[in-house]
Amino acid sequence: MSSIAQKKGFGATLWDYLTTVDHKKIAVMYLIAGGLFFVIGGIEAMLIRIQLAKPDNDFVSAGLFNEIITMHGTTMIFLAAMPILFGFMNAVMPLQIGARDVAFPFLNSLGFWLFLFGGLFLNLSWFMGGAPDAGWTSYASLSLASPGHGIDFYAIGLQIAGAGTYIGGINFLVTIINMRAPGMTYMRMPLFTWTTFVASALILFAFPPLTIGLFFLILDRMFGGNFFDHTMGGNTIIWEHLFWIFGHPEVYILILPAFGIFSEIFTIFSRKRLFGYSSMVFATVLIGFLGFMVWAHHMFTVGLGPTANAIFAVATMAIAVPTGMKIFNWLLTMWGGSIKVTTPMLYALGFIPSFVAGGVTGVMQGAAPLDYQLHDSYFIVAHFHYVIVGGVVLAILAAVHLYWPLMFNQMLSERLGKWTFWFFFIGFHLTFFIQHFLGLMGMPRRVFTFRADQGWDLFNLISSVGAAFMAIGVIILVYNIIVTAVRNVPVGNDPWEDGRTLEWAIPQPVPFYNFRQTPLVRGLDPFWIEKQEGNKEGMTYAEPLSDIHMPNNSFIPFVMTVGLFIAGFGALYHGEKDWALPVLILGFAITFSSMAVRSLKDDHGFHIHKEDLMNEKGGK
Amino acid sequence: MSHDAQVYVKSDAEFNYIKQKRRQDMRNQITTFAIMIFFTLIAFTTVAAGFSKYLIAPVILLLAAVQVALQLFYFMHMSEKNHNVPMYFLFVGAFFGFIFILTFLTIIWWG
Repeated sequence: MSSIAQKKGFGATLWDYLTTVDHKKIAVMYLIAGGLFFVIGGIEAMLIRIQLAKPDNDFVSAGLFNEIITMHGTTMIFLAAMPILFGFMNAVMPLQIGARDVAFPFLNSLGFWLFLFGGLFLNLSWFMGGAPDAGWTSYASLSLASPGHGIDFYAIGLQIAGAGTYIGGINFLVTIINMRAPGMTYMRMPLFTWTTFVASALILFAFPPLTIGLFFLILDRMFGGNFFDHTMGGNTIIWEHLFWIFGHPEVYILILPAFGIFSEIFTIFSRKRLFGYSSMVFATVLIGFLGFMVWAHHMFTVGLGPTANAIFAVATMAIAVPTGMKIFNWLLTMWGGSIKVTTPMLYALGFIPSFVAGGVTGVMQGAAPLDYQLHDSYFIVAHFHYVIVGGVVLAILAAVHLYWPLMFNQMLSERLGKWTFWFFFIGFHLTFFIQHFLGLMGMPRRVFTFRADQGWDLFNLISSVGAAFMAIGVIILVYNIIVTAVRNVPVGNDPWEDGRTLEWAIPQPVPFYNFRQTPLVRGLDPFWIEKQEGNKEGMTYAEPLSDIHMPNNSFIPFVMTVGLFIAGFGALYHGEKDWALPVLILGFAITFSSMAVRSLKDDHGFHIHKEDLMNEKGGK
Repeated sequence: MSHDAQVYVKSDAEFNYIKQKRRQDMRNQITTFAIMIFFTLIAFTTVAAGFSKYLIAPVILLLAAVQVALQLFYFMHMSEKNHNVPMYFLFVGAFFGFIFILTFLTIIWWG
């Protein structure tokens, strides 16, 4: 590694990314792959809105419509929102806590490849006999009856992608517990690190129920099991419970990092420390904890009985309290601050009213009697898009602008960024605000078309026009990214000029070992403290300059994942094609032998020597 | 995080302290092991003696709960320093598991 840096060819760069264990490069791959799936899910959304733009439309058939809505939901949650957030966690969190990488760099790479191949597997269903069509929740009473292989692709694809997410979550937990720089106590961690921590803990507890549910579904559909078949002594409600025990924490896995991103934005651009830091931490942990106590509010109309409904209704409403604390803390962070309205700050300002609207409709649905009226109507669709688009997607778009200079040493155009914001923000409210009223007027969700003259025609058209606005916003963003990448003007560290946490103190482009010397953290917002004291370097160091131990790149995670990908096809066609069983065995053989290679062959990594760090190239 | 080689020599007091501590740890391990064997004997005896199953089941469950705690704290070293975070995660996970099972029992299988 101490050789002279030179420009690499395409093949070498590709190989570098295929084998990399560097959290910054894995972050870029998460961002690209997640962005790609975001666009695919967006196209599916556009198809939905085109179909529903006018009554009695036959743009797509009823069956295809079911496939599109299922894939839209599944793609957006599992393959777009979560991976993009994982990208930002990977890029930012180790830098925020002063670590040289995550705790398990090899597993980090494995997690990414599992997610990507799981996502590809799921999307291959479009070309191999039809996509899943039982909704993103895939309730067993529907999914067991679904013909073709769509649901099989869903179950196996999510199983592979879910393993990747789980590995990623554990990795972040261990990193935050063990790898904080000296002085970085828990109560000095930036809010984005805190929310990453709690979201990872939610992944730790929420994904096993999903894994079990998916295994039951795989066994029922492909291997003759009867877990959900009531005629054989099974129980279809168990899927709903398992799915929502996972599914409700899942939405907090998405929204907590979004809260973290907005907390960073509010403090940076209000140029004030976060108001009520400790209560923000407390609220984050409390939301995470309560998130596991409320899953049955998705099932009020199943017939759980009034006692169960009442308990889950009360638990649900309790979550509004810590969330409200957060909203007030953000408002009070801005209060008296010297506010700079940049693109990320615009998103943060837009987020507060949008998310509060989504939260209020959430509390409305938390009231079980009212939920009987709202259940399965467009009101629900409006609600969850208000929290997920108004919360998570706005946070992702804000973070793209905020962290772009950190990840790529370039600044996205602020002018185009504001155009993106206004198109997306207006389009979002135009699309979803009116859907509340469509729901109250009785329009059910997941219908592929509707009859004219029920009073729904105009509102649906307005909703579709809004969707087009959002698409224009995203297209401007893509254009912005391309232009910025082509221009490639380096901006150096702390481009927003008001960075407060360690990630902004690192020289740009970030060296692959992150910190030449581990920093000493002297309080909340360490970079801000150093700046206030006139420290030009931006960091106080906790150790003398010495050799740095780094992990070697590895191709094994990729091979391991390809094995599971192949095994997936074997399981999918089990009992139908002769080659299925050999393929299943071959796939697992590849995975297990690569695991054996990893276990038996020692890989001690390498050292960057002190002398190399001290010369001008800084070890590169 | 420094990787320069360092040689560390223990002082006599430190050496004796560690020796003493290890002896104490060993004693705890063996005591716990004996208690656990004794618990197992009790469990088998209650069944062999033919007591009512309404007595046997709660007794065995109670013994099992104590055994899990002993296992975690003495054999898996949770009683030692720096195990707070894993302990916290373990208890939270166990609590969630308890809630899930309780819900399943009350509103799916009994109801």
